[in-house]
Amino acid sequence: MRAITASNDFVIKFANVNGSGSASANELFAKSILRMGVPVSPRNIFPSNIQGLPTWYEVRVTEQGWIGRRGGVDFMVAMNPQTWDADLKEIEPGGYLFYDSSKPMPKSRFREEVNVIGMPLTTICNATYSDPRQRQLFKNIMYVGAIAHLLGMEIEVIETLIGEQYKAKAKLLDANVNALHLGRDHAREHLAPIGLRVQRADNVGDRIFIDGNSAAALGCVYGGATVCAWYPITPSSSLAEAFQSYCQKLRVDPVTGKNRFAIIQAEDEIASIGIVTGAGWNGARAFTTTSGPGVSLMNEFIGLAYFAEIPVTIIDVQRGGPSTGMPTRTQQSDLVAAAYASHGDTKHVMLLPEDPHECFEFSAQALDLADRLQTPVFVMTDLDIGMNQRLCEPFRWDDARVYDRGKVMSAEELEAGRDFGRYKDVDGDGIPYRTYPGTHPTKGSYFTRGTSRDPYARYSERGPDYIYNMERLLKKWDTAKALVPQPVFRAARSNASFGAIHFGSTSPAMAEAIATLETHDLHLDTLRLRAFPFPESVRQFVLSHEQVFVIEQNRDAQLRSLLINEFDLDPARIVPILHYDGTPITARFIVRAIRERMRGVNMGAHVAEIPA
Amino acid sequence: MTYIAKPGLRHPTLQKNALCLTRRDYEGKISTLCAGCGHDSISAAIIQACWELNIEPHRVAKLSGIGCSSKTPDYFLGQSHGFNTVHGRMPSVLTGANLANRELLYMGVSGDGDSASIGMGQFIHAMRRGVNMVYIVENNGVYGLTKGQFSATADQGSVSKKGVVNADSSIDLIGIALQLGATYVARSFSGDKKQLVPLIKGAILHQGPAFLDVISPCVAFNNHAGSTKSYEYVREHNDAVNRMDVIPERSEIEVDFDAGQTVEVAQHDGSILRLHKLEDDYDPCDRIAARNYIGQHHARGEVVTGLLYVDPEPADLHSHLGTIAEPLNRLGASELSPGQAALDKINARLR
Repeated sequence: MRAITASNDFVIKFANVNGSGSASANELFAKSILRMGVPVSPRNIFPSNIQGLPTWYEVRVTEQGWIGRRGGVDFMVAMNPQTWDADLKEIEPGGYLFYDSSKPMPKSRFREEVNVIGMPLTTICNATYSDPRQRQLFKNIMYVGAIAHLLGMEIEVIETLIGEQYKAKAKLLDANVNALHLGRDHAREHLAPIGLRVQRADNVGDRIFIDGNSAAALGCVYGGATVCAWYPITPSSSLAEAFQSYCQKLRVDPVTGKNRFAIIQAEDEIASIGIVTGAGWNGARAFTTTSGPGVSLMNEFIGLAYFAEIPVTIIDVQRGGPSTGMPTRTQQSDLVAAAYASHGDTKHVMLLPEDPHECFEFSAQALDLADRLQTPVFVMTDLDIGMNQRLCEPFRWDDARVYDRGKVMSAEELEAGRDFGRYKDVDGDGIPYRTYPGTHPTKGSYFTRGTSRDPYARYSERGPDYIYNMERLLKKWDTAKALVPQPVFRAARSNASFGAIHFGSTSPAMAEAIATLETHDLHLDTLRLRAFPFPESVRQFVLSHEQVFVIEQNRDAQLRSLLINEFDLDPARIVPILHYDGTPITARFIVRAIRERMRGVNMGAHVAEIPA
Repeated sequence: MTYIAKPGLRHPTLQKNALCLTRRDYEGKISTLCAGCGHDSISAAIIQACWELNIEPHRVAKLSGIGCSSKTPDYFLGQSHGFNTVHGRMPSVLTGANLANRELLYMGVSGDGDSASIGMGQFIHAMRRGVNMVYIVENNGVYGLTKGQFSATADQGSVSKKGVVNADSSIDLIGIALQLGATYVARSFSGDKKQLVPLIKGAILHQGPAFLDVISPCVAFNNHAGSTKSYEYVREHNDAVNRMDVIPERSEIEVDFDAGQTVEVAQHDGSILRLHKLEDDYDPCDRIAARNYIGQHHARGEVVTGLLYVDPEPADLHSHLGTIAEPLNRLGASELSPGQAALDKINARLR
């Protein structure tokens, strides 16, 4: 029988039952490979459930560092009888199936072109442990030990990691190491070697391994957020919880023991955004974190904050919509909802991070931008980045950095007689000055409202006053274009008449796809968008190519709609490539889609014959 | 909500408070509410209370939702920042504002539609969180700006101006505030300034969630026979349990009630609430008894007013959260950013 052979380049998938304690064992496995200098890219694939339903953990081992999802499975750890058939089907021909052979299985349940590795995990556990919970938990560690042996991994690396995890709990440490050894020893004595190997390399460098939600939370700590209001919703809850946990470590006044932060778990998303609006109005840096359904609920407040010009930061960890949609699956399908949230003419700034590193940076920057622009700023991340650990560049912070609090008029300036018109454009950039409540006894107070007013914040329904305000908001929108993170351009190796635009979590799959397409002599320039509003360079990119593919993870080509709408572009030159089944987009998908489309058009002299 | 400012002229003989401010300095723009509206009397009572307590106007933040009552913050304390938020959501905005700067006095003005219908959830949760604020509901049982629909505080069986009988049970915001942990709970009547001004003063000095339900007749849509929120009905059925004097810290105490009839409650800030008992069996420090008393009297069609409950040692949201004394909006990068050295350690743990 064929057996896949690969070193440091394969996909292993763990099929488990939710709540069985497999997550930490699987993570231990992934991290051990990282510690051997080999990049990995793990993904949790989980149901909206706490206990009992199927859950998967897929680890892509990739010495080359392609951290997008690859697709296909070379080694399946099938620990869940419920999903056995589907799991088996997913294995590539010549791949491996690892299963618990405690109970005999009829031959018909297997596949001929798959190499079967049976290990009587339950039997060993039952013989070793009497406590049912221990039997379950150590079964997971035991298979890690066995698989580590099969892949030729350094067992000491795993031991070190277990040691770090249970530093203060010697009893647990020893028990886990014992289970690890039990698994390894069984594999050594009873299992045949396989063709997949993990070999020490040096390709991780100083990169860090973290999930985007934790990274964004840390970005809010560094960016100076003091007020956080939120309502639990998958996949964003862990962001607020991480903020709480970082604050408790990093934001407690050392002298008084008091907190330099305030976190409210609100009664709903409307209250969350209301609290953030109140705090922003009163000069504190505030954010909320949510997902699509929360953004829907927040719409009225987002319009108020836009029109009354109040700094608000909203981190949207996108999931599958519409409605409750797929709470535990990933999508980029809130773009339009966020970009034009609320009734009336509104437009909002969105930052589009590609990985945890940018989740950190953009969350901190969003707080600056919200203050500078006095408007809601969205950070549009998604479940794929938010809830999966990703290898990324380490976090950096310039200690000389001061927060940009924007245009805030002080008591001294007011006292000196400086003219204050809350909604008056004095600098030509559309951004007016504001004052914090309580600044001066007789100057600088104003009444904030969602209804129209004149430049001095006096209630007015006069047409010219309304127009002045709405036009000024557009001018502010133009100002924003230069302040937001600029797009990242990557030129094709040779002159390209095709371009591709992408953003967010599509980024690693895109990089891999471009490299693969190049091996087929298909060349594209790419532009990774990092914010809305789009700067002029985005229009130029589109106009300088015959056709531009826009790759995104939603059904309706939402980014494409924004591009066409904002730049009044010809839709014919912008070709959508859409992936929206809830799984993260893969390089294989992008390559296939682009090849099909490029095959059908005249691609000029530089495109060679495409192999089928 | 108006653009008409009052003339700046001040009569030289106007009485001044300790800040050398006259009552006029506590006024706002000219009201655009109907002549005789109860809400204007409440605005006047707020002005009087702030003036008497020597409150610096700019140290007050006044917030409201949407509706007739929510327009009124424009009509008092013109030197304060005001925020007319969205319908029913003033409590969350006030909560956020309070978190940002705990040093200001937060005054939330709302109505029965704003707080008991669309904003019921936010009202409830602001009370249970214990936000330090003065929360005034100007309660007229009716939607004024949309012309006369019943609100959720309209009593069952009361009749609208068009003759419709309200079949729904009414919501008693006082009962809810008591249940959910408000630490200063009072009801009054816009037509009884003598009772109302001290109750507002007590609420301002109270360092916790203070709730005032002020029956405020709507002269346009709910002041007819059959209404239980009309001037006439409330005057006839007003069952005041006490009368109050507020004695701020360091003030000279003058005795003008019979000793046996008077209870004094010392508040945490040093002020004293002196209550002249009108009902012998009413104890304003007993939350459960207060709920029973109000429920029994409401069943008889009476409107119980006065200081209904006070906790002299209230806790507030900031004490629950353990926030620092300095306002959060004053902290900069040096206090908030943990710096690169801490980040290096975090990076190291993530490898």
